[in-house]
Amino acid sequence: MSPFPDPSRRAVLRGVAGGFTLAFLVSRPTKAWAMISARPQPEDAAAAAADGNPAFAPNAFIRIDPTGPVRLVMPNAEMGQGIYTAEATLLAEELDLGLDQIAIEHAPPGEALYATPLLFQQATGGSTSIRSNWLILREAGAVARAMLVSAAAERWKVDPASCTAARGVVTHAASNRSASYGELAAAAQRQKVPDKIALKEVKDFKLIGKPLRRLDTAAKVDGSMQFGIDVRVPDMLIAAIVTCATVGGKVKSVDDRAARAVPGVKDVIKLDDCVAVTGAHFWAAKTGMEALEIDWDLGPNVTFSTDSLFKAMDETSRTGKVLVARQVGDINQTGKKIEATYQLPMLAHAPMEPLNAVVHVRPDACEIWVGTQVPTRCVAVAAKITGLPPEKIIVHNQYLGGGFGRRLEPDSVALAVRIAKEVPYPVKMVWTREHDIQHDVPRPGYLDHISATVNADGMPVAWTDRVTGASVAARWVPQALRADGFDQDTTEGADDPPYDLPNLKSEWAPFQMPEALPIGWWRGVGPTHNLFKVESFLDELAHAAGKDPVEYRRALLQKNPRALGVLNLAAEKIGWGSPLGLRMGRGVALGSPFGSHICAIVETEVTPQGEVRMRRAVAAVDCGFVINPNIVDAQIQGGLIFGWTGALYSRLTYERGAAQQSNFNDYRIMRLNETPPIEVHIVASGEKPGGIGEVGTAIAAPALANAIFAATGIRLRSLPIDRTQLQQDKSAAKAVISSVPVPEARP
Amino acid sequence: MITLNINGTDHPVDVPGDMPLLWVLRDVVGLTGTKFGCGIAQCGACTVHVDGQAVRSCVLPVAALDGRKVTTIEAVGQTAEGKKIQEAWLAVEVVQCGYCQSGQIMSAAALIAHSADPSDAEIDAAMSGNICRCGTYVRIRQAIRQAATGKPVGAQTIPNAGGAL
Repeated sequence: MSPFPDPSRRAVLRGVAGGFTLAFLVSRPTKAWAMISARPQPEDAAAAAADGNPAFAPNAFIRIDPTGPVRLVMPNAEMGQGIYTAEATLLAEELDLGLDQIAIEHAPPGEALYATPLLFQQATGGSTSIRSNWLILREAGAVARAMLVSAAAERWKVDPASCTAARGVVTHAASNRSASYGELAAAAQRQKVPDKIALKEVKDFKLIGKPLRRLDTAAKVDGSMQFGIDVRVPDMLIAAIVTCATVGGKVKSVDDRAARAVPGVKDVIKLDDCVAVTGAHFWAAKTGMEALEIDWDLGPNVTFSTDSLFKAMDETSRTGKVLVARQVGDINQTGKKIEATYQLPMLAHAPMEPLNAVVHVRPDACEIWVGTQVPTRCVAVAAKITGLPPEKIIVHNQYLGGGFGRRLEPDSVALAVRIAKEVPYPVKMVWTREHDIQHDVPRPGYLDHISATVNADGMPVAWTDRVTGASVAARWVPQALRADGFDQDTTEGADDPPYDLPNLKSEWAPFQMPEALPIGWWRGVGPTHNLFKVESFLDELAHAAGKDPVEYRRALLQKNPRALGVLNLAAEKIGWGSPLGLRMGRGVALGSPFGSHICAIVETEVTPQGEVRMRRAVAAVDCGFVINPNIVDAQIQGGLIFGWTGALYSRLTYERGAAQQSNFNDYRIMRLNETPPIEVHIVASGEKPGGIGEVGTAIAAPALANAIFAATGIRLRSLPIDRTQLQQDKSAAKAVISSVPVPEARP
Repeated sequence: MITLNINGTDHPVDVPGDMPLLWVLRDVVGLTGTKFGCGIAQCGACTVHVDGQAVRSCVLPVAALDGRKVTTIEAVGQTAEGKKIQEAWLAVEVVQCGYCQSGQIMSAAALIAHSADPSDAEIDAAMSGNICRCGTYVRIRQAIRQAATGKPVGAQTIPNAGGAL
């Protein structure tokens, strides 16, 4: 039996409301959705009461007490991207506070107060946080400041316009009076909330735009930062777990005698698909777990394998239903047709902090400590499992030891709740690295057919692209699908390239994964998949035309000044066109994902043995208005390395329905000795901010693959790179010595 | 009963001799700054010092530690090298999610304790056992140089989160 569901079932998954895309700015949400707001909402009073009843709580983000630092509640999750510092900077700027005068709090679950407008829910992903919240948070700070000033003016019986605020103090210079925000807090709470509020002008910024030190890093260099896995609550025991290696497999029987004999083991908990062992410490729990003898019912997915997956995807790509993402002009143009097929693997996320959760299920409530990108989804799964009402599910979010999309899923929390429900004590469930990789909610694989018709100059006059792959959104956010079921994420980065392509057709052939193997978001989402193909293929066209890849792109970017700007800047900074040694090359890639524009150029050497040694990389980014340039630089550096790891090593493969990789020995991560110097150049811009957490990842692989082509003449159309293809004996005939190689003959 | 000397204090612990130091630190002694990443000495998140040497605590049985001095991230700032590394780490803002950084800092502190001004090759050798999924490697290299030379290397952050502004 085929493990792949019948595509006709797709109708079941189809969403109801079209028109909203995950990663691009959409129309303002209707009032039917409660969203984060700079001003008080009906739910604010309860939230403030639960947060220590601050004297002044003008909105869901600001708590001012008579004494102590101003507390700022962060609507998004901090997973390394620097969002707590950026969002605190926006609030503090308009509130006239220094970042040394504040304390940070994780937001509790609550769609009404913390839903991100671009995602319609309280979630951190898709590089949406700043794009969604940058004006709302500034306004939230400005509203609070106005109410504090108003309170001071009322006390002193002066015109509010004659008062100033700085570093948490309101001053009336004419009468030489001043009062701290703490002193004014109670009176500020009684002031009228301003309907309209002016925000600072750029020239008056004290915090925004400066490389301020992050708020979370001091505690991360001395070991004091608490991640989810570090939570310790009284009477807690640690749980290690095992599930069937084949996805969807069930427990038939368990012999737990040896496990129970392990010193320190407390309980063995049998669920239908999992066995958990609790103990005084993880070593006891894990030793006990490994001593279990379990007979598994492997279930319906034993026929699922990576081979069967790509065979089925190939079939779908040729014969399946196709949905048009975007079509412009007429693709029937005369000229030479160039075609290519690109393939991308399934991927694990492998955040450094293995998945974990601390859960205490009591008769009256369920308390959860976890680092999550989706607090309200954690509430929902816990409510369903425990039967408790959502208001009795208490989620304490934590700092995340990496997210990358993995913590957009509540599956691990659901499992921890199911285990904790069986015992009276709090349980900390910790996944081994092996479980974390083998039971990921992986990034799906893709199989894409792309083609262009080129004119006598070798320039594209028609462009077609058919993506075949499964939809994450169909499960995760079905209301985001178009009425016909089209998922914009599958073609994002391919359906509207920054180039002048007047005749274009972009399509998606939907593919169904086995039900027991849900697939998930992975850093860079649609653009990470599509930019590899689009930018590699554009490079193919340039070489087929005998043209320089930078010049070729320039010719197609004459109507797109911001994209052209980053291309020119990166090319200048790397010294594009200067000579390189044997088996060295430079590769360029450009894209406009997440509302930003990025160009990366990689310089690499490929050894005669086929090893790729990056020598240098330059990235130019135009992400609009910059809140903290140091964080932008870090996100580009880290994003590139994340993407290069994928290109160099990452592949999650399946046999008999089981993932074949298990730990960092066979799911390799790029290391320091492999990392080239990376220069990041940020274009000064007053445009609205674009996303920054994923643009480096999305552009990394095509820049590297194009550099490998320049070094060897070998075009890699699937990832991760195949070193055997790059060995000298196979490429000697095509080896070139400059960064502009001899054009490769194309059929 | 095994007695472990951790950060200068003796801790008697009643655990199996084959239990790795990592879990004794985290789940018995309660020092959670040392992190679990892989359990097979592949990622370096669990790096601590034993008699000044950087070691992977996830594969180090506690029975081997009798009479040895264990230093963890919680106390490395009390050593001259650890303090220099932590300060450089903040000045150039190495950290992103931070989960691997305890291990990175322990490896880096051991490196400059043994080689005051390490070469690129020495940095590669000492640091390539520590994985960072956020990709902070460029700044790790920069911060080690800064700690070793005492001079700014590359762009610096503004400390106190702009308090002086």
